[in-house]
Amino acid sequence: MEPARQPSRAWSRAELALRLLAIDPAGLKGIWLRARVSPARDRLVATATACLPQGLRRAHPSLSDEALYGGTDLAATLSSGRRVSTTGLLGDDTPLLLVMAERCPMGLAARLGQWLDRTGPALIALDEGADDDELPPLALTERLGLFIDLEGIGQANMTATPMDTGQLSQARTRLSQIKTPHSVLEDLARTAEKLGINSARAPLMALAAARAAAALDGAESVSAAHLNLAAMLVFAHRATQTPDEDTADQQPQEPQDLPPPFPEPDSDEQSETKPDETPDAPPQDQPSETPPLDDMMVAAALSCLPADLLARLAVGRAARQVQGTNGTGAAQKGNRRGRPIPSRPGTPGSGVRIDPVATLRVAAPWQKLRRGGGHLAADRLQIRRDDIRLRQFKQTSDRLLIFAVDASGSAALARLAEAKGAVELLLAQAYARRDHVALVAFRGTGAELMLPPTRSLVQTKRRLAGLPGGGGTPLAAGLQLAAELALQTRRRGMTPTLALLTDGRANIALDGQPNRIKAMEEARQMARVLATSGTPALVIDTANRPQPDLRALADAMGAPYLPLPRADARRLSAALRVALAP
Amino acid sequence: MTDPFPFSAIVGQEEMKQAMVLTAIDPSIGGVLVLGDRGTGKSTAVRALAALLPQIEVVVGCPVNSAHPKDCPDWAEIKTTDQIRRATPVIDLPLGVTEDRVVGALDIERALTQGQKAFEPGLLARANRGYLYIDEVNLLEDHIVDLLLDVAQSGVNIVEREGLSIRHPAKFVLVGSGNPEEGELRPQLLDRFGLSVEVISPRDIATRVEVMRRRDSYERTPGAFMPPWQAQDAELRDQIIAARSALGSITTPDAILEDCAALCIALGSDGLRGELTLLRAARAVAAFEGTDQLSRTHLRAIAPSALRHRLRRDPLDDAGSSARVARILNEVLP
Repeated sequence: MEPARQPSRAWSRAELALRLLAIDPAGLKGIWLRARVSPARDRLVATATACLPQGLRRAHPSLSDEALYGGTDLAATLSSGRRVSTTGLLGDDTPLLLVMAERCPMGLAARLGQWLDRTGPALIALDEGADDDELPPLALTERLGLFIDLEGIGQANMTATPMDTGQLSQARTRLSQIKTPHSVLEDLARTAEKLGINSARAPLMALAAARAAAALDGAESVSAAHLNLAAMLVFAHRATQTPDEDTADQQPQEPQDLPPPFPEPDSDEQSETKPDETPDAPPQDQPSETPPLDDMMVAAALSCLPADLLARLAVGRAARQVQGTNGTGAAQKGNRRGRPIPSRPGTPGSGVRIDPVATLRVAAPWQKLRRGGGHLAADRLQIRRDDIRLRQFKQTSDRLLIFAVDASGSAALARLAEAKGAVELLLAQAYARRDHVALVAFRGTGAELMLPPTRSLVQTKRRLAGLPGGGGTPLAAGLQLAAELALQTRRRGMTPTLALLTDGRANIALDGQPNRIKAMEEARQMARVLATSGTPALVIDTANRPQPDLRALADAMGAPYLPLPRADARRLSAALRVALAP
Repeated sequence: MTDPFPFSAIVGQEEMKQAMVLTAIDPSIGGVLVLGDRGTGKSTAVRALAALLPQIEVVVGCPVNSAHPKDCPDWAEIKTTDQIRRATPVIDLPLGVTEDRVVGALDIERALTQGQKAFEPGLLARANRGYLYIDEVNLLEDHIVDLLLDVAQSGVNIVEREGLSIRHPAKFVLVGSGNPEEGELRPQLLDRFGLSVEVISPRDIATRVEVMRRRDSYERTPGAFMPPWQAQDAELRDQIIAARSALGSITTPDAILEDCAALCIALGSDGLRGELTLLRAARAVAAFEGTDQLSRTHLRAIAPSALRHRLRRDPLDDAGSSARVARILNEVLP
């Protein structure tokens, strides 16, 4: 295990990141803190509240505009008869702690992003995402400078390092005097380029982080160690590529050649409280054959990435959901948008809207009675809490069309091209209906999510064109992945529909072993799972002759069965229309 | 609130800057769509534009920024006839905004406490005579897009809801930005944008370093950084004002009109909006350059921006439309 990934290292780096944010909240804008509920997270949040100059206020993802920007306090306004307003969370300059950031809707992310761009002091996003594709919106995370992942940090790894607020405020005053050598900007830009980071925000934030680190250190100017730290905290999670082959080759041994990945500004305190963890090398002492600084920074950034994080992040980015759009899927009742339906009684609160006309209508008959015994002025409308009617809307959720395409050898030989053609036909329809599309391919020993849900048809078509064929037919694996995807997207409020294109000759079981009988049995099982989950489906048989097995599978799935040999474009689209009818 | 980053200090991205300046010269060109990666200065440019625009005269307290007291809508109950000069409004339309906030709604507070039926104007009212900026426009919810389409076309916002029946002018320049990989724009909305530009992150180190340097000194030493750039901004603003007044006197030879039509036919763009926008934009280019006659150079300078997003597109065709425009441009206007 490389030093940067050790839990105790990760913990002290997390604490350091907090300090940097406390020193320069305006430059770093915030922290993306990926952590499930844990003592480590609680400790870190408590520390953050203590060390940020204005403290920290909690915010949650379902904040309404009124809570954000301030608005009318309705209950108080009604009882007092004059306007009582509230100040919003964004009204004063207190940093925010956004809990459950992975559930943050796009609209809120956009608002918080605008707030951060302008005056917003800082935001810490607590991301409790369980799955790899459960991430806060990119519009938000892009604007947060630092990234911390607390995974795997236990009680034992947490060293108690008290935040010295005096030290922090000293560092804050020093911040503006920190000198930045001219080459630093160039190094940062080069590092960002090598890691495939295109945004202009990232290098600027790395610069701010390096400066804050230098200020914390009491140094006069930014040094290599500070830049390495900045690369780890700012660049690592933004990386979209590993650098060119030659640097990648040296990469495994390079972290050892580095000076310690970040200075231990509080190393004195640490050695007092926990003597067994000593700083392992004299700081600032660089080896004689120093590699170019930007290569070192690339290595530093890579050193704190788990091996598969790049791949995971790349998937996460592509899987970014287009949330909060109107679609053609199942109807849902809500109070935000859509077609209006009759209003209902209730208490006004976050996220619901009052229907004033209906409210007045309810209150009208009682006015005379209420004025008689009331304590309020007689010429004023008398509205009680019970009168208030809330607005309701009916909206349709987004529909997702999941294509599960058989790319096995048997299908490839015969009709993969035709299957692709059929998918394109369905895609054109999906485009017209503004549906989302996802692509699952199964071949060889398993299934693969080729394209996470997207509305970009160009991308879908590109992936489809590049779809290779060959190998066995792991039908069950394909169905399983499709079912999982359906479940996931349903949780996000979409309405998934499955279109399965296969020749039906399942011969690979879920465990990846060739076993025709087991494979078919498992495929039927998965089909039943899909049927019970209520996912509408369509089975398109791409074999030369219709397969009875596949027809049975379609029946188990409760799906229409359509043999492609006789299916022309018109019949296919008619079948799809029936299958997709809400 | 600190001053926004100066427009002139934005490194590179000439096409985006040109398009924005042109809409400032002639708002009837109809808005700019900026598509590209994150962190390429899209939002920065829009916010900087606000500082660059000439001030407008408005009636004090008018919710729709009317220039004359007689233009003020009745429902606003404006008594004063005083006018002040203020900055051209640049209004942000956030994602997830409600219909009420966009078009305006019944003033609930007055309705409930005083029993009065009053209109509370929305973002469209505030954007009148100014700019409406939509970040991540491709993620905007469809029912908000529907509202915008109609208003952007007619320049009038008609509110028929909750017992209100109100109309007010809503003429604004629509500026949208987004990342095309995250979702596509409906063709109807695409068509409402006069110009579209594609921005990409600069690839060479020197440019990126320059970006960082300027931004860094903007944040750290605004006192030293701002004045020279603000002077440049002021110069640009004067150029815009000069171009505005020159716009009317630019002559358009018939040959140029024919070129416009030929170009649009060759590209197969839908409708006539392509030609009209191309012509207006080219005129604005000519006015900005200070020439008094429209020439092919002007057409060529602006044709990609004006036509790129108007091609009749097979949704499954992944060839870049910029390349197609460039090729046909070379064929038609040799």
